[in-house]
Amino acid sequence: MTGHETWTALYTLWRREIMRIARIWSQTLVPPAITMTLYFLIFGKLIGARIGQMDGIAYIDFIVPGLIMMSVITNSYGNIVSSFFGAKFGKHVEEMLVSPMPSWVILAGYVGGAVTRGLAVGTIVLFIAMFFTEVRLANPLVTLSSVVLAAIVFSFAGFINATFARKFDDVAIIPAFVLTPLTYLGGVFYSISLLPELWRNVSYANPILYMVNAFRYGVLGVSDIPLAVAYAVMIAFAVLLGGFSLWLLHTGRGLRS
Amino acid sequence: MTSTPALSVRNLTKTYDNGVVALRGLSLDVAAGDFFALLGPNGAGKSTLIGMIASLVNLGEGEIEVFGLSVRHQRNQAMSQIGLVPQEINFNQFEKPVEILVNQAGFYGVPRKIALQRAEKYLRALSLWDKRDATSRTLSGGMKRRLMIARAMMNEPRLLILDEPTAGVDIEIRRSMWQFVREINRTGTTVILTTHYLEEAEQLCRNIAIIDHGRIIEHSPMRSLLAKLDVESFVLDIDDGEHSLPAIDGVRLQRLDNGSLEAEVPKAIALSEVFAALHHHGIRVKSMRNKANRLEELFMRLVGNPAPPPATDAGRSP
Ligand SMILES: Nc1ncnc2c1ncn2[C@@H]1O[C@H](COP(=O)(O)OP(=O)(O)OP(=O)(O)O)[C@@H](O)[C@H]1O
Ligand SMILES: [Mg+2]
Repeated sequence: MTGHETWTALYTLWRREIMRIARIWSQTLVPPAITMTLYFLIFGKLIGARIGQMDGIAYIDFIVPGLIMMSVITNSYGNIVSSFFGAKFGKHVEEMLVSPMPSWVILAGYVGGAVTRGLAVGTIVLFIAMFFTEVRLANPLVTLSSVVLAAIVFSFAGFINATFARKFDDVAIIPAFVLTPLTYLGGVFYSISLLPELWRNVSYANPILYMVNAFRYGVLGVSDIPLAVAYAVMIAFAVLLGGFSLWLLHTGRGLRS
Repeated sequence: MTSTPALSVRNLTKTYDNGVVALRGLSLDVAAGDFFALLGPNGAGKSTLIGMIASLVNLGEGEIEVFGLSVRHQRNQAMSQIGLVPQEINFNQFEKPVEILVNQAGFYGVPRKIALQRAEKYLRALSLWDKRDATSRTLSGGMKRRLMIARAMMNEPRLLILDEPTAGVDIEIRRSMWQFVREINRTGTTVILTTHYLEEAEQLCRNIAIIDHGRIIEHSPMRSLLAKLDVESFVLDIDDGEHSLPAIDGVRLQRLDNGSLEAEVPKAIALSEVFAALHHHGIRVKSMRNKANRLEELFMRLVGNPAPPPATDAGRSP
């Protein structure tokens, strides 16, 4: 394919993902808005008022970045896992497999769609947050780059999940047993400086910790983790998971018999 | 005929992960511009072969070239040449026909504007234009099959492969599909067709290969294949069942019931001789038909053993 043709193919895939998100907006965009409103109301306003400050910041302000990041991660992941597994299950993945598109284009198209969904939901949650508190971005560049990187990492993770999944249960298990615990333990609701040393050290193994903290630095200007370390971890995960995804797709794992 | 063949398959062997050997050293050439029939009983390996050509099934041993492009080494270029109508419905049933077509074109790098024009052209040609914005799930079975034909045309392929496109399609629509594919072939596209309706293959195709147990057991021009059929069976409707049957050298006559006879007539004997002998015995022939389609008779002889039950597609829930 020529450069122009490749670009057209990529755009086609991305656009199809966006159309899918729009077609089922009541499943893709509304639920996170409702959940996050409740989080802000209950944890931020009601309970947060009693908690006072975290790292010298009002509790509701402290959780805003974490909750946005959490929404971005779960929605990027959820988008790609259900869309790609759906394509496998409904066999329309074959439309792509018979085409001249290289594997990387297919992967990039799906990741592009998933990142877009994550960022769309993130933006919605940001607007909701602004109803509850004043949000200012301390460092917009860090804010944007960290959220995009996190979305990419978890899109790859979702893609890998979809590749190995054989039934719908398999696309529900990983989010429930791995993704959700990692998110809750990833410093969304607390600073890890509150934890006993053992658990603080365990927390360092959680990639979400680095994402939430980099993002929190972008929004609030505070982080439990040095920024360079956070970026290094995110980039390393992106390269690793991206490479693995591409390899899976290229060898036709779970797609070609 | 020195031009590159549309398809060249060399020593293709495929063993699936579950140990099933679907193809056993299969070789096949299809000339550019041909209308080619790929026949064989259920489970013979037709869809496996097609899947490997279209890169839906991993290549095992052997090589495939599409217009001289290696499916193994030049996959992307080779795929640009092909349009595939698979045996099973495989589009997203929640998308609209027009979206399905435009997206497919996009996967081949066809810009949206041109894709929309093409989609209209093929939706109209296959009488689906009225349904362009319906949810695909709501299309009838025959419409879904036609939608897949339209989809396969979106990259204007040089090689169109149809895997049982007319399965479960009514006769009228089947005829209109034939007309469409004939027209496509006339404009230069090579067509490979699999079907279990042998009359369809006989009418449409110029060359034919029969696969059985993963091997080619017959590969020849349709005409010379049909010429091999040295005995034809007819069913004759007759007036009077009471008369004794004449004895004609080489011809086997057998009463089916009071009103009909079966006659096996070798090519060497003219039908008029049979009629004359019957007439002589006071038997009037009112009408006559072939017992089976000619290709069907040949097919049954070549693929002697009864077809195994289709093990492939069973067990898939809707
Ligand atoms: N994905 C698969 N995994 C394992 N075995 C398979 C697979 N697909 C097909 N087979 C087996 O390979 C053999 C050839 O199947 P194939 O689908 O190629 O036959 P076919 O000629 O297309 O038959 P039909 O006329 O029924 O469509 C069969 O024994 C089938 O059970
Ligand atoms: Mg088949």
